[in-house]
Amino acid sequence: MKQITGADLFVKALKEEAVDTLFAYPGGQAIDLFNALYGEREINVILPRHEQGLIHAADGYARSTGKVGVCLVTSGPGATNLVTGIATANYDSVPLVCFTGQVPIHLIGNDTFQEVDFVGITRSICKYAVMVRRREDLAETIKKAFYIAKTGKPGVVVVDLPKDVQSAYGRDFYPQEIAVRGYKPKLSVHMGQLNKALDLLNHAVKPVFLIGGGVNIAHANKEMTQLAELTGVPVITTIMGKGAIPTTNSLYVGNIGIHGSYAANSAISNCDVLFSIGTRFNDRITGKIEEFAVHAKIIHIDVDAASISRNIDVDIPIVADAKKAIYALLEKAKPLHISEWTDEINRWKKEYPIDMGKAGLTPQMIIQSINEMFKDAIVTTDVGQNQLWTTQFLEIGENNQMLTSGGLGTMGYGFPAAIGAKLGNPHKDVIVISGDGGMQMNIQEMATAIVYELPIIICILNNGYLGNVRQWQEMFYDRRYSSTCMRYRRSCEIGCNQPDHCCPEYTPDFIALAESYGAKGIRVTRAEDIKRALIHAKQNSKTPTIIEFIIDREVNVMPIVPPGKPLNDMILEREEGRE
Amino acid sequence: MKKRWICLFVENEVGVLVRISGLFSGKSYNLDSLTVGATQDSTISRMTISLTSDDRTFEQIKKQLDRSVEVIKVVDYTDRSIHMKEILFVKVNYCSDTDITELFRISKVFGVAIIDYDGNTVLLECTQTENRNDDLIALLKRKFASRIEIVRGGSVAIEAVSMSERG
Repeated sequence: MKQITGADLFVKALKEEAVDTLFAYPGGQAIDLFNALYGEREINVILPRHEQGLIHAADGYARSTGKVGVCLVTSGPGATNLVTGIATANYDSVPLVCFTGQVPIHLIGNDTFQEVDFVGITRSICKYAVMVRRREDLAETIKKAFYIAKTGKPGVVVVDLPKDVQSAYGRDFYPQEIAVRGYKPKLSVHMGQLNKALDLLNHAVKPVFLIGGGVNIAHANKEMTQLAELTGVPVITTIMGKGAIPTTNSLYVGNIGIHGSYAANSAISNCDVLFSIGTRFNDRITGKIEEFAVHAKIIHIDVDAASISRNIDVDIPIVADAKKAIYALLEKAKPLHISEWTDEINRWKKEYPIDMGKAGLTPQMIIQSINEMFKDAIVTTDVGQNQLWTTQFLEIGENNQMLTSGGLGTMGYGFPAAIGAKLGNPHKDVIVISGDGGMQMNIQEMATAIVYELPIIICILNNGYLGNVRQWQEMFYDRRYSSTCMRYRRSCEIGCNQPDHCCPEYTPDFIALAESYGAKGIRVTRAEDIKRALIHAKQNSKTPTIIEFIIDREVNVMPIVPPGKPLNDMILEREEGRE
Repeated sequence: MKKRWICLFVENEVGVLVRISGLFSGKSYNLDSLTVGATQDSTISRMTISLTSDDRTFEQIKKQLDRSVEVIKVVDYTDRSIHMKEILFVKVNYCSDTDITELFRISKVFGVAIIDYDGNTVLLECTQTENRNDDLIALLKRKFASRIEIVRGGSVAIEAVSMSERG
């Protein structure tokens, strides 16, 4: 049989796995792999400017295309720079395979230059981590990595490749299938449990669906919409579940959680059957857990058995893939007669909408303009207020998508994720909604967006603060704005909590920064200029455009459930006299 | 809170032990003992884990173990008839003649062997249940206080064969 190097087998494996885009940053212990990739035409090798930006880009690529995102970096610092991105992707069940160079086997343990125990570092933040110790194990290990990353509850697999394994000769065989005896993703649905669930649902007076990210990951949006429409049961989503059914559908209530809508949180607090699919009932959505959905019988479908009955007690647990379960439900479900209940929810929706008011340049106006002008865009968010506003106001239909770091809450995610999304969806508009803080965490990727000619629209909501923390400091820490002012300079008064009180200029000047990269920069300070800026950005098809929106410095995300309080104990509006 | 037993079949690979023990530390699960060794199949290792937890946490622990790629099978031994033994060595130093008589008496009562002796120091080898070893240690501590040196191996367990044993 033909003998090839490990590096050549690596390239062959990528092609067999239909990898068309590789996010890669070279280095000493990965040089053989890059050598094998030289001149490669079938794989588009993308060189970002930092490994963290690299992995978030792979993550955005994976989330937006449904394919496995693939990273390749060198050993030591190349690998450790992936850590935040690995945790981010794994927490949100994004399929990634990360190849990391490693020092040669015989040097491992010697504190060799650029040596780290990367499998050891990542073991607790990924789905599976493995070092290939023998050339003859390479093909099977790569096959296994892709299989594990994309099946079951998707996640991140780390494959550590020592340099001598890359250069060693061996067979060129790559397997078509693999069985892993300790890994059996759940493929069937337990019909007995499902029938019980349906029976409970059919007898409900006040039922709701609570949909998490699982439905989006399983690409079961169409089926979920059918199920909601067939039964007439209102749909509430988590942040990760947003878009499970179109947000414009009359059955869609809103997001649950500490920044959820009043109607959604009230419906959860008052429902008698809570039918949940693909959520882990994380603390951000439950509020005070003892008072969560106290009147409800709870049904929980999740592909991960460990997510069921962990945070809340469940009456009917069902371990299954969301799409398969919804298919099975569609066969047997029937319309419910619950108009009193849906009327009540609609009344809450009407009486207590999320609304920031009409004064000034508000995030609501910006996001609503995006809704109007970009019907089939991919919108990525950063983390913080920009993310929460987006989850409150962004409309998601059948042709658009929101990418956000929901589980880990990684600042610096939004912009590089948009780069990956644009590379995977060149014909779609890709928009970043970021804050001035998060944008600076991976701003070096401006160069990546320029060199690959990616006309991404970057909306920076600039309030000169790390706004979400500042909001908590305002509401729960007596306005002590500790380390949250982005306009602070050494010359400022100690303990200042007065925005716009002879504040120094903002650094950087985002417009000049955009221009220095060869991108376009637009600053918007008035509501009436929002649309014009978005039109200009849309017309710029060659380079990214930064639109810097100068928003009110102390604008808050409302409503909010204060820490330790139950979901129905919301603060709806900011206290009088603060505005 | 209840004492639990898990029998775990895992891949015999580098890093599996740290993966399992890391799961316990990372998620703040309490772990009483963990033993690991080879089996009749050279590609599989077998662990016996003992821990104390409430029902909810224990369910979660089993699920978390089960979803680990390296874990082939999780068997809950808690309410099953099992044979379970732990190895314990106890060295008692600076023994007087009375001490030695007492130690020989203890060894008889507890059914443990004295396997080494030099006139001053006595070495006991005790292969018993964990509880029985606990009792023995408590007694020896009371009698010989700081003169004892202990090493114990953690329990290994296997399901009973006879139907009567299985209850």
